[in-house]
Order: sequence, then C-alpha cells, then structure tokens
Amino acid sequence: MALNPEFVGRSYAPTGSYVVGREKLREFATAIGDGSPAYHDVAAARALGYADLVAPPTFAVVMSMQASRAVIHDPELGLDYSRVVHGEQRFAYARPIVAGDELVVTTTIESIRSAAGNDMITTRGDIATLEGEHVATAYSLIVSRGADEATS
Amino acid sequence: MTVARGGVEVGTELPAQSFTVRRVDLIRYAGASGDFNPIHWNERFATSVGLSDVIAHGMLTMAEVIRVVTDWTGDPGSVVEYGVRFTRPVVVPDDDAGAVIDVTAKVTAVHEDGTVQVAITASSGGATVLGKAHAVVRLPA
Repeated sequence: MALNPEFVGRSYAPTGSYVVGREKLREFATAIGDGSPAYHDVAAARALGYADLVAPPTFAVVMSMQASRAVIHDPELGLDYSRVVHGEQRFAYARPIVAGDELVVTTTIESIRSAAGNDMITTRGDIATLEGEHVATAYSLIVSRGADEATS
Repeated sequence: MTVARGGVEVGTELPAQSFTVRRVDLIRYAGASGDFNPIHWNERFATSVGLSDVIAHGMLTMAEVIRVVTDWTGDPGSVVEYGVRFTRPVVVPDDDAGAVIDVTAKVTAVHEDGTVQVAITASSGGATVLGKAHAVVRLPA
C-alpha cells in the first residue's frame, strides 16, 4: 500500500524531554563494547574539554527512535510496522551530547517514496536543548517491505 | 592521545579493526538502546519473518564501526557527521564465535574548515554489510 505523499513535511512535536544521565551513557557504551575513557570517566571527558561524559556518536538514536515511533505508529499514515526495516541512518552534530543535557526531539517527515513495491520514508529528528540550542539532527530511512517482497 | 590535522591527507588509512558480535551482545544492546525487536534475539521469530537466523541491530553495527574513527581521533566528540546505509544484515549464530565485523577506513577529503571526511567499509563473512558509510570529523590544528 503506497503511503500518502501529503504527509511529507508533517512534524510531530516533542512529547517530553530526555535527560542524558551518566549511568545511561556508561551502560550504552558498555553495550557497544566501547571502553573509551570519555564515555566512562568524567575526569577524562573534562580533560578533552567537555562538561561531562560524552555520548557515543550513535547514542542519539535512543531518543530519536523513541520520537519517531509517533510517525511509525501514526494510524493516519498507515505504515505496517511488522514489515518495517531500517534502511539508512545519518547523524549531524552541532556539538556532542553530554551527560546532563536535557533534550527534546521534533520529528519531521522529509520524504515518502515507493520503489519496487516498498514504501520508503525519511524522517528528520531535530534534537535541541530546552533552551532551543540545536545539538544534533538524526536522519532515518525506514522501509516498509511490500507484501510480496522476500526478506533478505 | 589525539590525532592532529598535520600529517592527515587524502588516502591516509585509519587502523583497521574487527569487532565480534555474539548473541549476548544483542541482548545487552537491546536493553541499553530500548530496541527489543525480536528479530534481534528470538530465532523462532526471525525465521518466521524469512530471515535465516537472528540478526544484529543495524544500530549496533553502526555503533561498533565508528570506533575505527573515534579510536583514531582519540576524541569521540570530534565526529560532526556519521552516516551509513544498511545493505545486508549481520547474521549472529547461536554459538561462542558469533559474527565478526571487519572495518577499514581512509581519509577521502581534507577541508579548509578543519574537518576531514572518512570513507568506511564494513563486512562480515566477506560480504559488505554497510554502504556509503562515511564520517566527518573535526581535528585539532
């Protein structure tokens, strides 16, 4: 089922803020097998010039994915979640996320297209502080596989 | 130890690395990231949707792969852009060996604003798993 192209440009306001905690950053860094001191040791992060522990470059997905659920589960959009796979991901950083940040994500549908029976939707998650400082942008391409498409 | 801009030029190769992903790593990543899609931990479910076995989270692969860049710069905050295309799933068998992801990277552009562009390759079992993987990092003068 082709998705309605009129949804391009639709924005989903933040539903709440995300407070970046030290222990969450340590847990995430451990889960990706990365013992880099800037993720675990506050003194090491400060020696690099940061206010607190630094988030790994892909950590923003924790909050951007949470926010993009509003899109994926928007009943009016009609995406079949059981057939959704992650096609592409990109992050652009104005500055690294650090422990203590309180962030909000605004998700916007950038594009919708269909190819080979698959629906492809690109979302942009704008991540900012409560004060409105732009911190990062997360772009995701999600693909809803057509019913007749075999899974690779 | 951080790398500086001097001495970095187009073609500079970053130290290659290999990362092992076992089932327990998928469980740990699911918990830390909040992504509990059963294709990443439940073989019965994975095969029911046409996969050959449990596959790694694309975002876990993405997180492992950028270490080639952040270990090289010595400062994870140096990454100003990072993007990948997920071209093939990393299949993680239920054994002690797991899957191995082999990563290489080299500098493809040096910009006047102090950033450098890095092209990254990632493969598992000899097959490419990421496409168009690239990062832009800011290096100290």
